[in-house]
Amino acid sequence: MISVTGREMSISQWVLRSLRLDSVLLVLLSILLLLGLAVLFSASGESVVAVERQLMRIGLGVVAMLLVAQISLHGLRAISPWLFVAGVLLLLAVMWVGDVGKGAQRWLDLGFMRFQPSEIMKLAVPMMVAWYLSLRSGRPRFRDLVVTAALILVPVYLIMQQPDLGTSMLVGAAGFLVIFLAGLGWRWFVGLGVAVAGAVPILWSQMLDYQRQRVLTLFNPESDPLGAGYHIIQSKIAIGSGGLYGKGWLNGTQSQLEFLPERSTDFIFAVYAEEFGFIGVALLLLLYFAIVARGLWIAALAQDRYARLLGGSISLTFAVYMVVNIGMVTGLLPVVGVPLPLVSYGGTSLVTLMVAFGILMSIASQKRLVNR
Amino acid sequence: MAERDAYGEEQQDRERFVVRILLALVVLAAILLALGWRLSGLQVGAHSHFTTLSENNRLRVEPIAPTRGVIRDRNGVLLAGNRASYQLEITVEQAGNLDSLLARLRGYLELSEADVERFRRGVRQRRPFQPVLLKAGLDDETVARIAVSRHELPGVEIEARPLRFYPLGSKFSHAVGYVGRINRQDLQRVDGSAYAGTSHIGKSGIERYYEELLHGRPGYRQVEVNAQGRVIRELSVTPPQPGTDLTLTLDVNLQQAAYRALAGRDGAIVAIDPDNGEVLALVSAPGFDPEAFVHGISQADFAAVRDDKRRPLFNRALSGQYPPGSTVKPLVALAALDEEVTTAEREMFARGYYQLPGHERRYRDWRREGHGRVDMSRAIAVSSDVYFYDLAHTMGIDRMVPILGAFGVGQRTGIDSTGERSGILPSRDWKRATHNEVWFPGETLITAIGQGYMLSTPLQMADFTAALAARGERYQPHLLRAMDNGTGEPEYPLPVTREPVVVEEKHWDAIHGSLVEAVNARHGTAWGSVGSTRPEYTIAGKTGTSQVFSLGEDEEYDEEELARRLWDHALFVGYAPAEDPRIAVAVLVEHGGSGGRVAAPVARQVMDAYLLEGAGMTLEASEDE
Repeated sequence: MISVTGREMSISQWVLRSLRLDSVLLVLLSILLLLGLAVLFSASGESVVAVERQLMRIGLGVVAMLLVAQISLHGLRAISPWLFVAGVLLLLAVMWVGDVGKGAQRWLDLGFMRFQPSEIMKLAVPMMVAWYLSLRSGRPRFRDLVVTAALILVPVYLIMQQPDLGTSMLVGAAGFLVIFLAGLGWRWFVGLGVAVAGAVPILWSQMLDYQRQRVLTLFNPESDPLGAGYHIIQSKIAIGSGGLYGKGWLNGTQSQLEFLPERSTDFIFAVYAEEFGFIGVALLLLLYFAIVARGLWIAALAQDRYARLLGGSISLTFAVYMVVNIGMVTGLLPVVGVPLPLVSYGGTSLVTLMVAFGILMSIASQKRLVNR
Repeated sequence: MAERDAYGEEQQDRERFVVRILLALVVLAAILLALGWRLSGLQVGAHSHFTTLSENNRLRVEPIAPTRGVIRDRNGVLLAGNRASYQLEITVEQAGNLDSLLARLRGYLELSEADVERFRRGVRQRRPFQPVLLKAGLDDETVARIAVSRHELPGVEIEARPLRFYPLGSKFSHAVGYVGRINRQDLQRVDGSAYAGTSHIGKSGIERYYEELLHGRPGYRQVEVNAQGRVIRELSVTPPQPGTDLTLTLDVNLQQAAYRALAGRDGAIVAIDPDNGEVLALVSAPGFDPEAFVHGISQADFAAVRDDKRRPLFNRALSGQYPPGSTVKPLVALAALDEEVTTAEREMFARGYYQLPGHERRYRDWRREGHGRVDMSRAIAVSSDVYFYDLAHTMGIDRMVPILGAFGVGQRTGIDSTGERSGILPSRDWKRATHNEVWFPGETLITAIGQGYMLSTPLQMADFTAALAARGERYQPHLLRAMDNGTGEPEYPLPVTREPVVVEEKHWDAIHGSLVEAVNARHGTAWGSVGSTRPEYTIAGKTGTSQVFSLGEDEEYDEEELARRLWDHALFVGYAPAEDPRIAVAVLVEHGGSGGRVAAPVARQVMDAYLLEGAGMTLEASEDE
């Protein structure tokens, strides 16, 4: 096929190059998005409307990715601090005038659309930290640590106040991963670990009984089978009853008969696991791993420190998303409300992720241009 | 120089970055392996466990109640059947505004505050797609009117449920029994799972004794439900096995004739076919309305029935224990003949009282002036107490008891119904065991005339009368004639024989002769009320009087002076036709006074109904169905 259609391939290569897209990443992402639509169709009770709406969001995401891919690294770097400042201001604005949705203040109504400023921070924080560290050279020193910690913790704190534990954690992780990739010395990690380990018992002793109970329930949901535990119990039943080969697409009883809550959003992985079994799950994990690996590969070949750090952080944050969601759905991690990346139903997170992949595309194409 | 430094630093930074990336990839791979391990544990290791849980989530088994078997008399007349009872249910999710719907419904039927209150409670407890009961027991007209305007009453459904009904009501209330709502005690004696879809259970009589047969076996519907419990689809159905239809030995005509013969007095009548033990009539009056219990009786109504002085809930025929009085005299006489204590021909002079040798106390005869010279036959016919005092004294209690026991006195017959009591056959051993006292000779005397400690039920009396009529052959009295479970021909259980009473034939002849004499001779105790009217067939029988309280040695018994509730019970046992007995009857009229005057005519009416009009009345009774 390659020899026969060599000319066509060069045309498609030319199209990809002129659109500044990485073909491997594009194929992997397409597979994941299409798989996600198939699972969503089943999880939503075969709702064509839900699939159409998700398809529109994907379209929006693809357009966003294409546009962002066209931005030069220079430009990305230049807007980083401004984006960060704008994001922090928007977070403050949410605190004052934000819309209440599902009991938390996260949304900002712009008249023509509503959006979550915390989503911006998922990208603005790693961009800002990468921008700052690209100004410095060598391993981050104590001063750098203090500055970057402040850059990370201010938005994390603001998002926690909304309250949105899941997003604040992911934003924190994105920023922290930049410092890690910049080569922060090991002793700092040890120090951080010790500090966390030391803070836990102190925090615990300060907590009231009902707060402790909440934390215990978070880590042991089975103790509350009708409340917090219901989700995780039904999720484990769905996953476990899927077996090795699964019950087949559209045949998962746990999801089709609505025993599984949040089945098209946070718990969509359980639907997939029920219908496609362990074999399907293993393939999905491999697909995610391949996307992360491709992203890191792009980062490793990037033009400069800023692109490298940003690309690495984006790839690893994507991995954190996936690990936290699957860990949560399988009952290994507390339920914190993190969607399965690019599969869960819902717009904002998907568009943000596609923008992030647009940045990766941009990094990939510009490295290549320089090599030429 | 600076450029090279910068370049070197960039190179160093890139290398450091690659190391970190590789490290991150290794950690990620490790985490993914851990996730994979966890998932394989759930999906492969614990697969069957979670499959069970998943099936439990989605599958529900719903019972389908079987149709209760019906009960008929021996002619096929319905005694207990099932009738549709209509109730109105509302499915909230289809109903729209509940208040306006209820307001509209008030145009069709009466709704009490309690109905609405219970309905609103039900709405809160159940899910919107589950129907909630608003009102039960709708009449046909209301059902029809609502059915016509269904389009104006969204979410309203009329549900038909089978409910027990008893066409002949109180006349059969004790014989057939009744069903009532299942309570906790009931669930202890049956398999609860078999009653998951059933609301009523047999509480007494045939309904209770044959509960298992009548109930049938429930069917099951396996359905798939969603998380809200809504049924998505039906997966499989096991149809219920309807209850067995029972045909009783009772005869509707005879039962009604017996009820009429009591003419409103309290008492019991049991009629048995001596050839097979079939119970032809089983009456305890007054009866009660069995359907009151089916519909759920109110506390006040129940208290009224329970505390009624006439005790309508008390089954006199099976649970009532009365001194059998003179009705046991034929049995005592038979014992004396068998034990060769006397002969039928031996005569004695019966005075108005009897004294044990060396004792002052006088045991009085019911007739102050005595009966003069009597042989055994005449002694039974005139019911001489003194003759039997003398006989008992000669024979002694130990030789009297075995024959009475052989006739079943003091033992449950084991009839297929509930509430039967055993009565008492006193003996030396019995007295020592229950009173811790020795037996006194005087007690032997009063035992011989069926007083003192001795107690018997009307069923027992009919049972020993049947055995007398059948010359000692004894069949188990029973109410069940045939069972039909709908799978083929009805099944007729064979009559169960019991240990016969074996004595010489001439002794039977002697006793039978004396019983004919008691009814048909001018001096017989039943002559005045029965024999003198010349029945179309020969009746053999024995009158009796069951003492409610005993009189002192010198006291006079005056019916007029005593309050009616202290009057003696009137008794009569007998069979007919004497030459070829087809029916044995025991009659008890509570506080009726004289057995000959009151009880014997009742027995005669029952016999007439059976022997004279039997064929003709079957058709008439069928119209009741």
